[in-house]
Amino acid sequence: MTTQFRYIGKHRRTKEDPRFVTGRGRYAADIALPGTKHVALVASPHPSARIVSISTDAALAAPGVLTVLTGDEFCARTDPLYVGVDAPKVTRYALARGVVRYAGEWVAAVVADTRALAEDAAELVEVEYESLPFVIDPEAALAPGTHLIHPDHGTNVLYRRKFVWGPVEEAFAKADHQLAFRATWGRSSTVPIETFGVTARWDPVAELLDVWASIQMPKYPDQTARALRLPGNAVRVHFDVDVGGSYGVKRGIKHTVLVGYLAKKLGVPVRLIEDRLENMRGGDMHGPDRFFDMQVAFDRDGTIRGMKMRAVDDVGAYAGRSPLQLGKPVGAICGPYQIHAIEYEPTSVMTNKTPQEAVRGFGQSPTNFAIERAMDRVARQLGMDRIELRRKNLIRRDQFPYLIPSGSSYDSGDYHTVLDKALEASGYPALVRMRDEARLAGRLAGIGVATCLEPSGGNASFELLFNPKNETTTWMDSCLVRVDLSGSITGVMGTSSSGQGHETLVSTVVGEILERDPATIRVIHADSLNALPSNSPVGSRMAIMLGGAAAGAARKIRDALVAIAAHNFECSPEDLEYRDGNVGIKGAPSKMLSWDQLVEIAHRKFHKMPPGLDPGLQAQFVWEVPTGGGVPTQDGRVQMYPCYAFEAHVVYVEIDPDTGKPSIRKYVCGHDCGVMISPDIVHGMTYGGIAHGIGASLYEKFAYTEDGQLASGTFMDYLIPSSMEVPDIHIVDHCTPSPLTTFGQKGSGEAGYLGAPAAIANAINDALDPLGASIDTLPMSHLALWETITKATKM
Amino acid sequence: MSEELYPIEVEVNGVQRTARVPARLSLVDWLREDLRLTGTHVGCEHGICGACSVMLDGEPVRSCLMFAFQANGHRVTTVEGLAQPDGSMSVLQDSFCQAHALQCGYCTPGMLIAAQGLLNTNPRPTDLQIREAIGGNLCRCTGYQQIVDAVKQAASRLSKETAS
Repeated sequence: MTTQFRYIGKHRRTKEDPRFVTGRGRYAADIALPGTKHVALVASPHPSARIVSISTDAALAAPGVLTVLTGDEFCARTDPLYVGVDAPKVTRYALARGVVRYAGEWVAAVVADTRALAEDAAELVEVEYESLPFVIDPEAALAPGTHLIHPDHGTNVLYRRKFVWGPVEEAFAKADHQLAFRATWGRSSTVPIETFGVTARWDPVAELLDVWASIQMPKYPDQTARALRLPGNAVRVHFDVDVGGSYGVKRGIKHTVLVGYLAKKLGVPVRLIEDRLENMRGGDMHGPDRFFDMQVAFDRDGTIRGMKMRAVDDVGAYAGRSPLQLGKPVGAICGPYQIHAIEYEPTSVMTNKTPQEAVRGFGQSPTNFAIERAMDRVARQLGMDRIELRRKNLIRRDQFPYLIPSGSSYDSGDYHTVLDKALEASGYPALVRMRDEARLAGRLAGIGVATCLEPSGGNASFELLFNPKNETTTWMDSCLVRVDLSGSITGVMGTSSSGQGHETLVSTVVGEILERDPATIRVIHADSLNALPSNSPVGSRMAIMLGGAAAGAARKIRDALVAIAAHNFECSPEDLEYRDGNVGIKGAPSKMLSWDQLVEIAHRKFHKMPPGLDPGLQAQFVWEVPTGGGVPTQDGRVQMYPCYAFEAHVVYVEIDPDTGKPSIRKYVCGHDCGVMISPDIVHGMTYGGIAHGIGASLYEKFAYTEDGQLASGTFMDYLIPSSMEVPDIHIVDHCTPSPLTTFGQKGSGEAGYLGAPAAIANAINDALDPLGASIDTLPMSHLALWETITKATKM
Repeated sequence: MSEELYPIEVEVNGVQRTARVPARLSLVDWLREDLRLTGTHVGCEHGICGACSVMLDGEPVRSCLMFAFQANGHRVTTVEGLAQPDGSMSVLQDSFCQAHALQCGYCTPGMLIAAQGLLNTNPRPTDLQIREAIGGNLCRCTGYQQIVDAVKQAASRLSKETAS
């Protein structure tokens, strides 16, 4: 498929790697402006309390301290942060005012000459609290009469709606069988190795706030300006800061507003770098914390007739965009299966926990986990092979584009083939023998299979679906391509990167279109005042959106070069041939204008320019999401993301019955994300997504104690898989091009993570099956597995 | 500012450095904030993630768990000191680029230190030995696969160089 391309789909070194392996990356913590002052935070030890008094005298008297800021001043002089759903009374600021709503919430900020001095002084801030009732359990938070997190809002429910798509009750009435179960996704997150960091500097003469941050967030400059009551053009975010991992969560808007305020107030550069505990407790970056009450109606031949899914998501003490993480799964609510009747009831509830932020997949991975557990349970109830059940229900290759009940059309796919390829690569019959022999030898062994979708391309349709007052229907991205007088090419993008290799993406695409070596193309991250519109790398969208925009801009350059040649040869563009940047008359090799000559004309020789063409050589292209712009119907049907990548996971797991320790012995992932622009990058993100999925399914949890304290605020209790837990992973590629994108590419930034937890959960349950035991709660920790095994073997 | 300062003398990437530091200053903060060697990163500040790994007298250590004063009289190598004498990338650094053994790059300096530490003592490591050597360095981007590939590649290239 990729042979038609010169650079796309080929192994090539990335543009970014050299600076990182030589220690020349430039991350937020590396920004050191002269005279920078440092912030330390005072955090609430209570999950819920009234702030009786704050005494800052001792802290202010400490060495090197410039100021101590509390919520009273800060909240009066800034505006609250953006809320994703219609809940105007759920106000949120960087600093608490009057009450605290979770343990770790920031109460005061101390600014001093060094970080160490600021921390010393933070310990001297005396806060008197009066404890208030609190609620940690989401079901308790939903019960009538419970303590309200935000009394003015009147309820702990942020969002609830019941969608019915198709004849659900009829499907359930007519089906041969039904089953019901609860699947629970534990509170975890992406937890990048770099914490969030930001430096801000206010120029009082220019009236301009410069911001350097480790950020991955749509509308970040706008939201910063709005909260600080500044015009949008008074905030300049420098997107050339390298971001040390994000995968969704690096949205330190509250940090930025706080630091921006302090920088303006003090007239000096101010910097805040989270330490690990601040990051995990008060950094507001926890992920979905969700349970699903699932009901499935199915026939004895394995046909799934209908599904009911009630999803309750505990977003913690404040809203942000987090309730919308229940919205994105609407676009792939039936997974890769032909399910014609679906009821979906998302409920977003607040508790006294750390707020939630966007996590890789934006809620899709938990949903995939619930659907895939349902598929395995249906197969088990019918005594049917799990793979056959999937084959029976998977959408067939000849059915695309395929309209699902909730209104999205899947663009393309070949699910059966990808599943077959994954099974073949896993040596499936031998894997089954290995499992059965292990079982005969008395070991707990299981195989897990999961087939699921990665919606990609990013679209904001869920904003309008979940909040009719928010009429966001575009989620564009853009690129500017410039050819200078020397003939060198520069691509300009308008967002920061957190490991996705966007400079490689843009240079590859521009090189492909202009037929120039991508190694010679420079790609820069413009600051927010210089940049074209971007919505940042969210929603697996940059291959599609930035790739499409870069291609569009490069095509304009190419067209301009052809037009210049046509004008000078006095012929029609159709008579010309573009090759390697040179333009010549077809069939007449001597009649050719070289790249250098064409560039020279564009920059210097106006008398040789065709009328109507601007001198100089640059072009910009703003691209709207393909299929985007739709408005939901009354019953909540809307085209969500444009492109749908597919993954089929096959996993073999053994569990030590004495310790509950699982070990993954084989991992195969069949993956189809259309045309891969940079296969090394796609594979890398898929490996990483699977490793992250291993963490979410087996190890990682932001656990809370009964008294509302975060119990896993370090890497000693929040367990990120190391190279010893993540096995050798085998990826099998397949390519079904998307008909909607420039080169047939789909997104892949969330690959692997969207199916790994489902596949591992299915493997663990297969291993437990001979004991008659099952487990549907993530993470399936050693302890949880040991308890399940012990209970089953004692019975 | 009444903090007492202590004199130290440390060889950092081949250059003798002298400084007066407070007792509580960590090695990583000294390297990053005072010497501006920002290639070494801070990830957890409690010794688990390995992002701050540097070589101390040729062996990988966590610079967040050491005081700068403890490095007095020792030899420290950071990622900035891994390049070849002519300034070009080391074989390991080059192999990381070739295998795309990184994405965001944040854990990379620590990974390079851990992997270089392995290759210094074990020029032909098995996959498992590589995984063990980097087992104390967390990476959130790569799933470790391409890192293992890169270290294998580097070992193979280095052994060919030695043979020729």
